[in-house]
Amino acid sequence: MDRRAFLKTGAAVAASGGISAPALSQGAAARTLRFVPQANLANFDPIWGTQYVVRNAAAVVWDTLYGVDDKLEPQFQMVEADQVSADGLVWTFRLREGLRFHDNTPVLAKDVVASITRWAPRDPMGQMLAAIQNEIVAVDDRTFRWSLKQPFAKMRFALGKNNTPCCFIMPERIAGTNAFQQITEYVGSGPMRFLRNEWVPGAKAVFTKFDGYVPRNEPASWLAGGKRIMFDRLEWVVMPDAATASAALQNGEIDWWENPIPDLVPVLRRNRNLMVDIADPLGNIGSFRMNHLHAPFNDVRIRRAVMMAMNQEDYMRALVGDDTNLWKTLPSFFTPGTSSYTEVGGDILKGPRNMDAAKRLLSEAGYANQPVTCIVAQDQSITKAMGDVTADLLKRMGMNVDFIATDWGTTGQRRALKNAPGQGGWSMFHTWHAGADCVNPAAYNALRGTGDNAWFGWPTSAGTEAGVAEWFGATTPAAEKTAMDKINTAAMNDVVYAPTGFFLSYTSWRRNVSGIQKGPLPFFWGVSKT
Amino acid sequence: MWAYVLRRVLATIPVMAVVALFVFSLLYIAPGDPAAIIAGDQATPQDVERIRASLGLDRPYLVRFGAWLWDIVRGDLGTSIFTNLPVSHMIRQRIEPTLSLMVLTLILAVSIAVPMGVVAAWRQGTFIDRLVMGFAVLGFSVPVFVVGYLLAYIFALELDWFPVQGYTPIARGFGPWLNNLVLPAIALGGVYIALIARITRATMLEVLSQDYIRTARAKGAGQGNILFLHALKNAAVPIVTVIGIGIALLIGGAVVTESVFAIPGLGRLTVDAILRRDYPVIQGVVLLFSFIYVLVNLVIDLAYTLFDPRIRY
Repeated sequence: MDRRAFLKTGAAVAASGGISAPALSQGAAARTLRFVPQANLANFDPIWGTQYVVRNAAAVVWDTLYGVDDKLEPQFQMVEADQVSADGLVWTFRLREGLRFHDNTPVLAKDVVASITRWAPRDPMGQMLAAIQNEIVAVDDRTFRWSLKQPFAKMRFALGKNNTPCCFIMPERIAGTNAFQQITEYVGSGPMRFLRNEWVPGAKAVFTKFDGYVPRNEPASWLAGGKRIMFDRLEWVVMPDAATASAALQNGEIDWWENPIPDLVPVLRRNRNLMVDIADPLGNIGSFRMNHLHAPFNDVRIRRAVMMAMNQEDYMRALVGDDTNLWKTLPSFFTPGTSSYTEVGGDILKGPRNMDAAKRLLSEAGYANQPVTCIVAQDQSITKAMGDVTADLLKRMGMNVDFIATDWGTTGQRRALKNAPGQGGWSMFHTWHAGADCVNPAAYNALRGTGDNAWFGWPTSAGTEAGVAEWFGATTPAAEKTAMDKINTAAMNDVVYAPTGFFLSYTSWRRNVSGIQKGPLPFFWGVSKT
Repeated sequence: MWAYVLRRVLATIPVMAVVALFVFSLLYIAPGDPAAIIAGDQATPQDVERIRASLGLDRPYLVRFGAWLWDIVRGDLGTSIFTNLPVSHMIRQRIEPTLSLMVLTLILAVSIAVPMGVVAAWRQGTFIDRLVMGFAVLGFSVPVFVVGYLLAYIFALELDWFPVQGYTPIARGFGPWLNNLVLPAIALGGVYIALIARITRATMLEVLSQDYIRTARAKGAGQGNILFLHALKNAAVPIVTVIGIGIALLIGGAVVTESVFAIPGLGRLTVDAILRRDYPVIQGVVLLFSFIYVLVNLVIDLAYTLFDPRIRY
């Protein structure tokens, strides 16, 4: 008997007269995977709330029609086969046999139609599809047809991408909920059930294996292939404190910690019972956005001056530290290491930084000491680190910095205001983008240059938009690459936003856990625990 | 006395009303937008606007306050913006860990701090007195989270005596419940022990110089008898008052302790709700804490009669 067992037994017997907890057998413990997610699962509607943590939990509960694999290629998932007419206007999809919801009703084409209809208004690609849609109808129980006004080459990617919101398939009665209102019933189509009665938002979420799920025969790869669950129960344990999560992992109280902070990684590496590896090779791209509507950043020369002066290495060292395996400079808006990655047009971010030239350009642009209202969320380590570097950069350039230290909730509200900086608006704010969202323009809202309709900062960039349109129409990888070269060049010229570098993060798990895939979200299929 | 109790209970109603108005107004004018958080980082401004409208956050102040107050009067604390769960349900899920932590801390603190204060007063100016007062200074000075991390490192990671984190409901056994709460209660109790020990010492010093103590000594009463029977009972009123006031300390400390030890209590619920601007949850929890505070102070006032028969209500 070890000390803990002795203490437990002693305390239980002495203090309660022998009232003790039901023992959890070793077998039962091995069939429960305890996971610490990146954030609290505060809601569970992956269409209404598009936070990554919701997408990650939803991916085990709801299945998708297609699923992207680790080569970022969409593969059949719930769809068994599809057919597209010669003119590219009519898509016909056939669902595979044996698909069931968690209430044991079959997945029918009408459920899929309702799910797509709810997803479309919340997703950039869905909105594009809705804009060119003639109709989408269920032909029979397993077949549905989508007719369009013009071809849409990226149909499979749109329905199988991992960017939020994913097109998850729900029963028609649930998918009939307005896309801007939250669902109240969580009947899934994926490999695990969500136990609503055990859900304690902010603390715990529990999933159990759904025996009625029929996995595909192919090996699992990201959202594609056979999603085989090797344990009975999955417990998400929310831990707001990184040091606590680290200690709990070392102590064997949890099995897998999604995103340990870099400061604690050396401690985890020293523990022989733990594994540490890069979580997602697609990483993240740091950014700050300048407000294109108001002075001083309504002048492209001033935006370019900032880009000329900024040193991405400063940002990355402040953000991630000196472990150069975890970051790299990025003369691009796209995720490095992917087949369509491009640095064409990114010269302004390459080579030694030229502060003198930046100051000259600032002077030529007639910068008249207007305050730069720089919003920096202090409760997010990423934005705080980047904000400090930017404030120093701007001061060294001779700019008048009005540093607004605030929290992420306030940033979210203030960045939506189009007022002038002196009237409640802003000049710049910091954020970051998941690399999976920046692989191509498909779900890359932050890169769009559609002016008033663009993402916060409201950049106008006709060249970027022309490139995006070209990419959506591209049917070959070479044509896609050409389009992305154009996008990168135009977005750099217009400074749609300022990328501060590419950074990776770690994940850590106990050695008795195996089968963890690297990817943009934690994939639980194929993971086992002994 | 029952008339007094009734009066005090009724007096909580205007107090709660003022708290409600204050909390609602403060949250209304505070910056932050739950709709932007819900929509996620990739959402368009139009999406955020639609979500804001669907949550009713675009309605005027008075309309929102009126609707909320009407719900409160009917006993409905509302529904969380984020989880879509009733606030009362979320509070029910979280109240046991917080109450457990607070009660255990209270028991621990009182059982350690009162004897410490008594002994320090008895041995005034000696090494023991200085040791107790040194501990009190330490208890006030070292933040709860530092104590928490140290305890977790030593007793959970190194010695493997207790778990690092989590909570086991008492329904699953007293032993596991206690096992999860020992370290958090010690961490949270530090400042509380310091406070009570100092007050106990100061009050006891005053009481020990009274004539009736000298009389008791002259009559041959034993030291323990003098300290704990004659002196402590007469020193109890200020000590009990401080224990009551200290409940606020416990509530504040529980927020940090629950985060450090990953205890799913009301403190963490409050912090999460504030960061996300989940207004109904913040309002519900603050109202509950205010009610608990008012109630505890009522109990403390009533407890005075046990220690001092001259007090009558």
